[in-house]
Amino acid sequence: MSAQSPSARNETSQSETRWPRQPFTPLQLAIGLAVALFSLGTLAAGLTVGTPNYPIALFGALALATVARFWWPVSFWLDFALFLYGTGILFSALGAGGEIGSSFWLALATLWLLAWLFAERLSQAIAGGSASARFGFIVPTLFGISILLVWELITRGAGIPTILLPPPSMIFDRIMNSWPILLADFRQTILKAVLVGYVLGSGAGFLVAIAIDRSPFLKRGLLPLGNFVAALPIIGIAPIMVMWFGFDWQSKAAVVIVMTFFPMLVSTIAGLNASGHIERDLMRTYAAGYFSTLLRLRLPAAAPMIFNALKINTTLALIGAIVAEFFGTPTVGMGFRISTEVGRMNVDMVWAEIAMAAVVGSAFYGLVTLIERAVTFWHPTVRDGRA
Amino acid sequence: MVISAKNLGLTFQTGDGTVEALKDVNLEIKAGEFVSFIGPSGCGKTTFLRVIADLEQPTAGTITVDGKTPAEARKARAYGYVFQSPALFPWRTVEKNVALPLEIVGMDRRQAAAHIARTLELVELGGFEKKYPWQLSGGMQQRVSIARALAFDANLLLMDEPFGALDEIVRDRLNEQLSALWQRTAMTIAFVTHSIPEAVYLSTKIVVMSPRPGRVIDIIDSPLPKERPLDIRESAEFLALAHRVREGLRAGHSEDS
Repeated sequence: MSAQSPSARNETSQSETRWPRQPFTPLQLAIGLAVALFSLGTLAAGLTVGTPNYPIALFGALALATVARFWWPVSFWLDFALFLYGTGILFSALGAGGEIGSSFWLALATLWLLAWLFAERLSQAIAGGSASARFGFIVPTLFGISILLVWELITRGAGIPTILLPPPSMIFDRIMNSWPILLADFRQTILKAVLVGYVLGSGAGFLVAIAIDRSPFLKRGLLPLGNFVAALPIIGIAPIMVMWFGFDWQSKAAVVIVMTFFPMLVSTIAGLNASGHIERDLMRTYAAGYFSTLLRLRLPAAAPMIFNALKINTTLALIGAIVAEFFGTPTVGMGFRISTEVGRMNVDMVWAEIAMAAVVGSAFYGLVTLIERAVTFWHPTVRDGRA
Repeated sequence: MVISAKNLGLTFQTGDGTVEALKDVNLEIKAGEFVSFIGPSGCGKTTFLRVIADLEQPTAGTITVDGKTPAEARKARAYGYVFQSPALFPWRTVEKNVALPLEIVGMDRRQAAAHIARTLELVELGGFEKKYPWQLSGGMQQRVSIARALAFDANLLLMDEPFGALDEIVRDRLNEQLSALWQRTAMTIAFVTHSIPEAVYLSTKIVVMSPRPGRVIDIIDSPLPKERPLDIRESAEFLALAHRVREGLRAGHSEDS
């Protein structure tokens, strides 16, 4: 963290009282002006439109006061505090059950702008070295939280029917109250269908790729077959798999196998051809056999492409297993739950399953990415910062 | 005789006809010689090296390496080969890269460790064992690849423009080191280059080649002493030798046009 960098110098000048001293990027200037405009509107609407809403008007007044930032150093933590305060005000307005009018929406806009401005200024401060990089996690976290907040406030403020879009709090309640069901669905769909299908499908793709690589005869026969299988629509094969392998998870795992097989096959074949001619000549000068060359040169060189397929397959496996459950399943499983609960208008349960699928999918992908970084640490896309 | 080629020829079939990469090459290389192959691109110098290494198959004539066919010599691991690029495996440390041929041969670990330490010392890379190739400069990478070629004590070292991609300062230093290495180890080295000073500085024998068809047009035995400081390149013998090589190359070209 060099204190000599230009932006660091700009930030430290905040503590000086000379005028003008605060550097504003054009974007921050625009957001700052918008905050002023919307907070003024909030204040006016809070006092004059319908029954006066004094807490909201007060929030508007405080936010309006931050216009002082154009003449006086105002810490970005103040923007953050205002954002938290405004969030509390809006939730209490919702809880009070009064009418939701223009002041509410103007305050929501102000809130969102404050969060944006805070994130912009914090990023700038971290980049300039005047704020600790430990705060780096705040920006993405705030982004996620503000999306949930805006979703919550809009759905409840505007009274959107929960059938169309339930507020996140309702989905959260549903998740908390339905642990046993969600856990059973997780076991059925993720631990059985997805994991078994993923391992078998990716494994088969890998082995067949090596077999194809070994024998030109198989290349002519199996590669077009793999192509053909990949072109099969999942909607079409899922019912067939149910007929073949029964209603339980085995048929879903079969669908996942079909879906994950081809990406792995193609990537592994491409990866095995990724090693250079010189490297292969080198192995030849050592009189290295086929398997020695495969193990020491071609598989390590193929690892980046193999991991690409493994990453793609995490999401494909999840999609395959969930969609396949639409076509017949025992009364458990994420896809089963989604299809039945949507029929019973229990949309919050559908969203709870979607949330679980998103979290599990991200975690699965993240895990594979971590393994990838450990295995292909040498690849130019990974090794930055180590060289 | 380490290498003996008689009427060696090699023609490639390409889309627009046949290319004579080598034609009627007759050459004998004795043990302990440092032989440079020099000529413009397309003269078949790299191809000849690859024939010795059994990476290309000749279409005419005969060649023996250590009295065997090239294929037998390759399977007996009779030579080390240094390519134009270092071709190190980025997932292996320097030490593991040098260990690669030893692993393939199946040498036991303790013995291998001693070999690796010694060969890294030979190319003056002691202390870099745990580094990855991408953490080293181009010159150091090429030295690692030389260490790897030396690792299993073959008496024949084949080098295909190993310093072609390096700048002149690094190249001079590596030439000096290579010369010292050759004097210490009494190996036979076949060295492909297109730099006249490099060829003259390093070699006991210079083979001048010319393209279309690739053939040998002159074989010059160097009168320079075995001990060669870098400033030998300003001596009269050196310049005379360089002149003769240049004349040979020019003659090859005028025949061609």
